[in-house]
Amino acid sequence: MSVTDLAITDRPRPKGAAFDPVFKWVCAAAATTLLAALTGIVVLLAIGGWPALSKFGLSFFTSTDWNPVTDVFGGEGPIVGTLVTSFMALLFSLPIAFGVAVFLVEFCPRILRRPIGVAVELLAGVPSIVYGMWGLFVFAPFFATYVEVPAMSAAQPGSLLEMLTQGVPNGANILTASIVLAIMILPYMAAVLRELFLTVPVQLRESGYGMGSTTLEVVTSITLPYVRRSAVGAVMLGLGRALGETMAVTFIIGNSHTLPKSFFDSGSTIASTIANEFNEATTPMYTSALIALGFVLFLISFVVLAIARALLGSEKAV
Amino acid sequence: MASFRRARRSVASGAFTGFCWVVTGVALAALALILWSLLVKGIGGIDQNTFTMDTPAAGSVGGLRNAIVGSVIMCAMAMVIAVVVGVLAGTWLAEYGRNSVYANLVRFLNDILLSAPSVLIGLFVYEFMVAPFHGFSAIAGAFALALIAVPIITRTTEDVLKLQPTALREAGMALGTPHWSAIRQILWKSAGSGILTGGLLAFARISGETAPLLFTSLNEQFLNFNLTKEMASLPVVIFNDALSAYDDLVRLAWAGALIIAVAVLGTNVLARIITRERHPS
Repeated sequence: MSVTDLAITDRPRPKGAAFDPVFKWVCAAAATTLLAALTGIVVLLAIGGWPALSKFGLSFFTSTDWNPVTDVFGGEGPIVGTLVTSFMALLFSLPIAFGVAVFLVEFCPRILRRPIGVAVELLAGVPSIVYGMWGLFVFAPFFATYVEVPAMSAAQPGSLLEMLTQGVPNGANILTASIVLAIMILPYMAAVLRELFLTVPVQLRESGYGMGSTTLEVVTSITLPYVRRSAVGAVMLGLGRALGETMAVTFIIGNSHTLPKSFFDSGSTIASTIANEFNEATTPMYTSALIALGFVLFLISFVVLAIARALLGSEKAV
Repeated sequence: MASFRRARRSVASGAFTGFCWVVTGVALAALALILWSLLVKGIGGIDQNTFTMDTPAAGSVGGLRNAIVGSVIMCAMAMVIAVVVGVLAGTWLAEYGRNSVYANLVRFLNDILLSAPSVLIGLFVYEFMVAPFHGFSAIAGAFALALIAVPIITRTTEDVLKLQPTALREAGMALGTPHWSAIRQILWKSAGSGILTGGLLAFARISGETAPLLFTSLNEQFLNFNLTKEMASLPVVIFNDALSAYDDLVRLAWAGALIIAVAVLGTNVLARIITRERHPS
């Protein structure tokens, strides 16, 4: 019996073909949950924070009067604290992360390159609560004894140094919080920068050396210009991390809602305020004020992260 | 003159080289110091009670059993949700959505979610699941953790699927396999180790997360398997104990921090080994 044309065209569809569109839609639905989650975050934070934002209006951003007893909330302290600690952390960790990344790409003895590279990447994954505990129990007492007390006693009354160092010398202040934050984002930034430096074609760098350039000149006039755009993106990613970091900061910033007046003054960040007070918020307005702070943090980090992603391009994982 | 300039250039470069050596040394020393104090204080805090007893009242003997069990339960639940959603979403991005406008939007939002502050995820889940139902629950905690894990898994799944050769897809088509069977039986299989790595990285990330659990699963003094009630977790117990004024509790907090760090680092190393076996570099 020969196979007829009819039999070929009439051949049953492969088993399971009917599920093709179903599977496609299930996958699309999964992708849509991501969209829904982010929209949900924005909408719910906006709704939850609305009572506080509408009641206090602009003074929510310009007043430092954070008073749960009288139900008056001005969030300038935590908002400024978040920005100050994040930028200080970035300031401390950027040169070091840059140095580490250059070291790994240019100077590191071959035998150490892999171990150090792996160590840096592993450290980027250590949970932030570990850094927080170290900050609270090891770094803060050390800093208080060996830096704060000498600095404060060396300061002449009325001098600039006295102004910058006033506060309680207990190690819980915005400077120590920034340093712990800096240590925390350091491995992350170093790992990302190293990845970027490795994308520079070897021929380009070698031609630099071939022209008689020194290592410094190769780094500043070949490596950096080549990765300029993405490097700024990587720094912004680090900043985004610092902005939203909760545990490492909460332990050590001292938690006061005033504007920090000096480096040794206690302060607070948005994330630390929420972590500390959310479960103790007794009135609806208190809860709403905390959620409003969260909304502000979301907006800030959204802008930072969006810029970072735009600069990095969508290919860059991490 | 020329030799002066040359000297200046090499001095500058030498100084730069020295700077790089020194900061790397300082950075590694600082990080080693942190791990060292974690190790010393953590091991000092671990005894047989740590794994067999629940959260103590201040001043009495106790351990971390309920917190460890709680963490394992919530992380496991979160991973189940996250793997299903993340792998499907990643598959959609790589195989169906590709470069459509909607796919690019989802990809962008996924990247944002990937680095969004975790404390905000906690606030969102509080507003979404805790406040409406008037109760903290392990389910809410797991949901918050899942939200953190999903973007990581989506991202890695998409990346490894894109690495699979087109010939594999075409081979499936040529055999008359339905598209979804080709994806399941060919692509997912060949991308398996990559997807597993993504899952492990996500697990490492969520097992140390504290902030999203503070307002969702809260804390609980006793061993508890009821998913609709509060549940203890290692990070939250560490947070509470570390801020308490009692030496015993602080000791337990260090023990907990060491356990978490070992689990996280171990998972990361495992992920690395798996990737390395497939793509020896």
